[in-house]
Amino acid sequence: MEEFTQILLLFASTILINNFILVRFLGICPFLGVSRQISTAFSMGLATTFVMTLTGMAAWLINTYILEKFNLPFLQYVIFILVIASLVQFVEMFIKKTSPALYKALGIFLPLITTNCAILGLALLIPQNGYGFIKSVVFGFSAGAGFTLAIVLMAGLREAIEFSDIPEVLKGVPISLIIAGIMALAFMGFSGMIPG
Amino acid sequence: MGFLRDFTNGLWNENPTFRIVIGMCPTLAITNQAINGLVMGLATTFVLLASEIVVSLIKKLVPNEVRIPSYVVIIATFVTFVDYFLKAFLPDVAAALSLFIPLIVVNCIILGRAEAFASKNPVKNSIADALGMGLGFTWALVLLSVIREFLGSGSVFGFRLLGNWYPRMTIMLLPAGAFISLGLLMGVMNLISRKKSGKEVN
Repeated sequence: MEEFTQILLLFASTILINNFILVRFLGICPFLGVSRQISTAFSMGLATTFVMTLTGMAAWLINTYILEKFNLPFLQYVIFILVIASLVQFVEMFIKKTSPALYKALGIFLPLITTNCAILGLALLIPQNGYGFIKSVVFGFSAGAGFTLAIVLMAGLREAIEFSDIPEVLKGVPISLIIAGIMALAFMGFSGMIPG
Repeated sequence: MGFLRDFTNGLWNENPTFRIVIGMCPTLAITNQAINGLVMGLATTFVLLASEIVVSLIKKLVPNEVRIPSYVVIIATFVTFVDYFLKAFLPDVAAALSLFIPLIVVNCIILGRAEAFASKNPVKNSIADALGMGLGFTWALVLLSVIREFLGSGSVFGFRLLGNWYPRMTIMLLPAGAFISLGLLMGVMNLISRKKSGKEVN
């Protein structure tokens, strides 16, 4: 029961309190680049969540059974980035074969995920935080869910200001950053929710 | 010829932060203190320089199909160098930058320049390009982090400039302040470049 409560807390705090985008600043590039429309933002979030869950799993396995076992911490970055790149490639081929509809929906977003720093950040945070296998998977999934939440909210806001009268020099990225700042302020309200 | 143009290109015309808008994660995350911004900028410059030199040297040896994975491995190797160097000689700054040193691996500036520039140009030009892009990134980080540190704690590079009377704007040191100050700074940069180009046209 204790374990279960901890996992639930990890889930909630990764989405709301330590949100990958708004608090940890991981995955800003897709957050600014793919947040023009709610539908595409949601597809991006879905693809990222999928890869992140798998990455959480893979990162724990590799770290425990290869890097720690053979004492190779200096190869961590090289191995993690290679594994992520091949994982994304593999997921892309798998989805293409099994579900063409989903493949069409995710489209170009899948290959882009390799260079999303949220994925490598996730892989590096798992050994750093000392999570076990189940926690790593939950951490990966909830990080993806938090990413999806932030990017979909952002897309909704950007759709709403589409026709607003914004100063010419702030159009595009600058105004998105300012909106993200206000969102980060709002998310700070969650920080008192879970003690510790 | 062209070295100077390749060098200055990154400083303003194609400045990675303000003009192309890449490498945003470290830009937002570690600019709460000027020293962090400076070290991060120089670390990225080193990785960029070393990777561009190697990529430019081996561009004829690497088959086209596997070039991206090869570049990534080259970059990850140099990032590991930097990581161990900072942990040994600047442990405080390394602790403050924590996750964002390894994340230089996926900084789009480096892979982007390796692919777009170093893989097509001779070594000499690649060095000029790497220095220009790296220093362009560095000055953007230092500018943003000086503004945030000054407003947030009344100091610059750790030196107190304003006395205790100064009501510190803690918000500038938090994530929200990072987003808002970068947004406004980018607006100012757009204003400047527009004024500049306007004058040139007239």
